Amino acid sequence: MYDWLTEHKIPLGIWLRDFVDLLTTHGQSVFDFISLVLGGLIGGFTAALLWVPPLLLIAIFALVAWLVHRSVGLVVFILGALLLVTNLGYWQATMETLSLVFCATFVCVVVGVPIGIAAAHRPWLYTGIRPILDLMQTIPTFVYLIPTLVLFGLGAVPGLISTVIFSIPAPIRLTHLGISSVPPALYEAGKAFGATKTQLLFKVELPHALPTIMAGITQCIMLSLSMVVIAALVGADGLGKPVVRALNSVNIAMGFEAGLAIVVLAIVLDRVCKRPERRSRKG
Amino acid sequence: MSAVEFRNIDIVFGADQKGALKLIDEGRTRDEILTATGAVLGAAGVSLAIERGEICVLMGLSGSGKSTILRAINRLNEVARGAVMVEHKGAMIDVARCDEATLRDIRMNTVSMVFQQFGLLPWRTVRDNVGFGLELRGTPATERRRIVDEKLAMVGLTNWAEKYTNELSGGMQQRVGLARAFATDADILLMDEPFSALDPLIRDKLQDELLDLQRRIHKTIVFVSHDLDEALKLGNKIAIMEGGRIVQAGTAEDILLRPANAYVAEFVKHMNPLNVLRGTAVMRPAASLPREGDQVVLDKSGHVRLKVDGEGRPLSLDVDGRAGLLATADGEAGVIDDKLAHEADCIVAPVDLKLKAAIELKRHTDLPILLVDNLGRLAGLCDDDEIYRGLLRRLDG
Repeated sequence: MYDWLTEHKIPLGIWLRDFVDLLTTHGQSVFDFISLVLGGLIGGFTAALLWVPPLLLIAIFALVAWLVHRSVGLVVFILGALLLVTNLGYWQATMETLSLVFCATFVCVVVGVPIGIAAAHRPWLYTGIRPILDLMQTIPTFVYLIPTLVLFGLGAVPGLISTVIFSIPAPIRLTHLGISSVPPALYEAGKAFGATKTQLLFKVELPHALPTIMAGITQCIMLSLSMVVIAALVGADGLGKPVVRALNSVNIAMGFEAGLAIVVLAIVLDRVCKRPERRSRKG
Repeated sequence: MSAVEFRNIDIVFGADQKGALKLIDEGRTRDEILTATGAVLGAAGVSLAIERGEICVLMGLSGSGKSTILRAINRLNEVARGAVMVEHKGAMIDVARCDEATLRDIRMNTVSMVFQQFGLLPWRTVRDNVGFGLELRGTPATERRRIVDEKLAMVGLTNWAEKYTNELSGGMQQRVGLARAFATDADILLMDEPFSALDPLIRDKLQDELLDLQRRIHKTIVFVSHDLDEALKLGNKIAIMEGGRIVQAGTAEDILLRPANAYVAEFVKHMNPLNVLRGTAVMRPAASLPREGDQVVLDKSGHVRLKVDGEGRPLSLDVDGRAGLLATADGEAGVIDDKLAHEADCIVAPVDLKLKAAIELKRHTDLPILLVDNLGRLAGLCDDDEIYRGLLRRLDG
């Protein structure tokens, strides 16, 4: 019995490989196009960030943080953190990582939020995509790194795709949560005054779900940031590269500095993205 | 012409509508229908006409179907059978069957709604909440602002326009709800237990304000309540519901004096009749009074006589051969100068005088109160006996 079982192996892996081969042979132009667009997006954004003089950009970041949050402590922290990163010599890598994170988040929002809305309106759709979302979050990243590498080639694009696969479940889930938790009374109020489906979406559902969707986007940014080292493995530029290099050459100093820069960037992004407490809830 | 009319409607929640309708026709109860088909009976065989400018209160315990039929008026609930006619731009439209565009037009322009839990949008300011309906129908911003300011002034919230709704108390939030409903200038106003979530003092105040507003704007109001006091206070017409069916529809007096069945009787048993019953319901009619020529005899011994003219209007009073003083009280509340009332031998009051006011007036005088109709003709008498019988509600005995 055991021998029979081992001798008749189901060729799951082969099937998937054949499927990827099929995609590369027949759909290469499609993937090249996607690669071109996404590559252009990241490249352009990185170039834009690096075009501005670092000190000016740091000042701009601090100003934006002040305008959004009106907190002196936060502004001082951001100035200190970014100046430290510049001092350590990781300014360019930090901007490349920031660019990757933003592009990944952008793709996640553009794709994920509409999927979340559609899923909230159609329970069967959510039942259908939930296992896929679970799969995307639990399957080891390296596993889908290989096919993305084959399909999109080395560089920032496979890194971006892998990052999107890993992070997109967050905005989908939280958009679904936000939209499906709109109180029935608010739907009724909208309908009773003659709202169309589109008006219901934009004037009732989305405003109500906005805090939850924002939480999803913040989560998405954090998840994307946690992928920078993995993205570096397939050739994406950024703070992941020095970490990988440090690992290969057992360079404790470089590993520590680059790791610190990632942590600093994570904290800055988290604090800036957190929703300001604008409206107090009364009990 | 009615503003809203239910024509024999049935509402069923659940998949097996046909099965449920069949059981409704067999006269089964809600519980039987639920066990047999799994569908919940919302309303069965409801017919009711609501006249223009009237406040109609749908009244019943929770689960009696009152909100269910209210929501059929703007099709928040679908009707399984029957028609819901709504007067829209001069024509009667069946809301249950009309197309989407007409329905939207009705919701935007003809029927507006006030909700029990207010249904305000917490991310909008008071101003933007009031303007919500106008925004949905695409009213330009400047006009919207003008209308919103006007409605905010109407409900006394002008100074709160820029606040968020969660900064307001419950009473104020419901005023925002009222202003939002008034803003679209709809003729028909649906109010789903609008004051139930408020504490009693605020509720009483808002009821008074609503009555006051209604005197000025004359909307058709369909009001859902589980509170009989509220129903009797507000309603020109009251429909009492039980188990998805209307058990009695009529005026407050009708329901109080002639309950249609034991359920209604139980409902009104502990009701205070003082503010509900009027002179018409309790008085001894003028036709039954003994007469001598142009004089009406007011007491048993025949010493007090009232002289009336050819139309039946009181002219003068004769008390034991001396001329008595007649004083007039005004309105259903029987407003009269205290000193005058004290000096008068007999008080003349409108026939729709409330029982409570009749008791007040009766304290000033030993003689019965003379009730006159709107042309000033004697309609009947209200003496101690009539008041007591009114309080005990035994008018036929």
